[in-house]
Amino acid sequence: MGEPLLRVEGIYKSFGAVQALADVNLDLPSGEVTAICGDNGAGKSVLIKCIAGIYEPDHGRMYWEGRPVRIRNARDASALGIETVYQDLALADNLDIVQNMFLGRERLRHRLLDEDDMERAAAETLASLRVTTVQSIRQPVGSLSGGQRQSVAVAKAVMWNSKLVIMDEPTAALGVTQTTMVLELVRRLRDHGLAVLVISHNLNDVFAVADRVAVLYLGRMVVQERTSTFDRQSVVEYMTTGGLGLAAAGPRSDGGAS
Amino acid sequence: MAPAGSDPDATTAPPVPTVEPPIDPLVDLTAAPEGGAPLVPPEVLAQTLREYVHAQVLRVRGGESGVLPVLLGLVVIVVVFQAISPDHVFLSAGNIVNLFQQSAVFMVLAMAEIFALLLGDIDLSTGYVGAVGGVIAVQLVQPSTTNWPWWAAIIAALVVCGLIGALQGSLVTRLRLPSFIVTLAGLLIFNGVLLIVLAFGPFSGYPSLIGQSVNLRALHDLMWGHVSPVGGWIIMVVIVGLLGLNLYFRDSRRRRSGLVAPPVSLTFIKIVLMAAAGIAVVAVCNVNRAHIGTLEGVPFAIFVVLAVLGAWTLLLQRTRYGRYIYAMGGNAEAARRAGINVISVRTWAFVLCSMTAGIAGLLYASYLGGMSNNVNGGQLVLYAVAAAVIGGTSLFGGRGKMAHGVLGGLVIGAIYNGMYLLGLAVQWEYIVTGLVLIGAVTIDAVSRRSATSGGIAR
Repeated sequence: MGEPLLRVEGIYKSFGAVQALADVNLDLPSGEVTAICGDNGAGKSVLIKCIAGIYEPDHGRMYWEGRPVRIRNARDASALGIETVYQDLALADNLDIVQNMFLGRERLRHRLLDEDDMERAAAETLASLRVTTVQSIRQPVGSLSGGQRQSVAVAKAVMWNSKLVIMDEPTAALGVTQTTMVLELVRRLRDHGLAVLVISHNLNDVFAVADRVAVLYLGRMVVQERTSTFDRQSVVEYMTTGGLGLAAAGPRSDGGAS
Repeated sequence: MAPAGSDPDATTAPPVPTVEPPIDPLVDLTAAPEGGAPLVPPEVLAQTLREYVHAQVLRVRGGESGVLPVLLGLVVIVVVFQAISPDHVFLSAGNIVNLFQQSAVFMVLAMAEIFALLLGDIDLSTGYVGAVGGVIAVQLVQPSTTNWPWWAAIIAALVVCGLIGALQGSLVTRLRLPSFIVTLAGLLIFNGVLLIVLAFGPFSGYPSLIGQSVNLRALHDLMWGHVSPVGGWIIMVVIVGLLGLNLYFRDSRRRRSGLVAPPVSLTFIKIVLMAAAGIAVVAVCNVNRAHIGTLEGVPFAIFVVLAVLGAWTLLLQRTRYGRYIYAMGGNAEAARRAGINVISVRTWAFVLCSMTAGIAGLLYASYLGGMSNNVNGGQLVLYAVAAAVIGGTSLFGGRGKMAHGVLGGLVIGAIYNGMYLLGLAVQWEYIVTGLVLIGAVTIDAVSRRSATSGGIAR
């Protein structure tokens, strides 16, 4: 594999006395889904916020397509092609799908909104993700189901020639069928050549969709490997102890896992 | 582009398939979520008129009724007052024009209020801010003092109102004070300012617009002037023609390019309804309504209302600024993350609200033929909020249109007018208006509840 799309090296971030991230490395290659796992407070959210430009790391370097970059704010991030789908999706329920997808970046014609152009572009993006049939694109987002809303949020994120899409707990609020739908969408993003970074608590989802798994433990990146090298048990052990076989270090036993 | 993925679709599905039939729609947005269908605007899904009517019925049942209740309410009010008003005078041409003129102030003030309501804010000061605008214009055109030209007086009044809005808006956005409190203080403060400005000049607190000066007459004519009957027809044909052509060409262009568009028949019905309303208004206004001599033609007040309605509808529906107001009313955090300057949008909303209130104040001064300390700005603003909500604008932000202010203002005006015709004391007018407001807010709240709990699966 060549240069990853985004390489994060030696990131530190602290809030007062709390060291949220310490010496974190992460590679995000194009065309692959990377899942970040970790217990509550492991630093997952802080890490993605550093990448998305919400926080600026205290130390560390980031390389975008091999070039060193600084991501100081959300604008820098989206200029590079990084889009984030937050857990709350950030959709306005009273606006329709097109209006939401173009929110903040409306296209104008003669200084007025160019609804036709935006509708066409939105329909194209949705079609490329196989998300829609055109006739309903004007319904308010508030009338959609959870999975449909998630799909609109994802489509909104990929609309802008983005190269890296970060998804924070994309399936947390969804039922079984809707989860399947969203995971299929994640795969489709990967097949389009995007780098996808997914935070998930749900190991089923991680194993279903991720090509690579990275585990954070107390602000440190303890492991980062292809999914095939893990099994469910080992991921849980990394998440809870920060290593393999560490739990067994005390009283000698079989490691508690079998 | 696609790596050697396991998904067999990867090779067969290039990123932008041109006319790929939805063989395998991954997420079908047409699949109605449980109970959510009634919320979808009928014209979005309907391909035929029958489907449209069906969708509209479903939508009303689901609580998302649009302007239907206010139109029905208006019909009921008109029928009742026509039946019980003495000599059935309610629907006489003279009274209908009178009703339009009385409603004009409520309509414009309601449109002002809608800027605040769309953001989930409220502006309680609009009644007195508008009155301050009115009194400034009235004082400036007095021949015995400043004797400004009428247009300069109007601009000055609107600029002052805009600055008041900027001040209140800045307090709300920069200091993060609740708009309810800031504008409640504004209600008191500008009542005081009104009294101070009234006291200027040798008019013992009652500057009047009656007189021969061109500038006095110009302000007086805002409400009382009218165009000639022929002029009324010409203007009506031009307005309806332009709007109708615009609607027709837009809809047919969208239909041709396969975008979401209402069925042809619906486009025509809309145009016909628009023309019918225009013809009715002009025909009624062109009846000679004077007991002695002639008094006929469409009053200027109607054009003022239409101009405000047109300008602000364009702003809200077709510009970025309008889109941002709706977005912030729906989800302020989403709007902020989308890079929208929420502070500036919100401050400007207060500016526009106060400026529009200034226009209402000018109409009010014209209606009174001057300005007096009897202006009840507190009551006016409540009527304005009531009109906006009765028309279908939500108090909770994000839902509403300028047209709602006009329809609601007509309802308030009709109640006001009808009660007056019946010779009922003012207490009954208050009580009936209050009950109508409660009814309107209930519809708003209930439809919202059914939208968030029953309708939408989250």
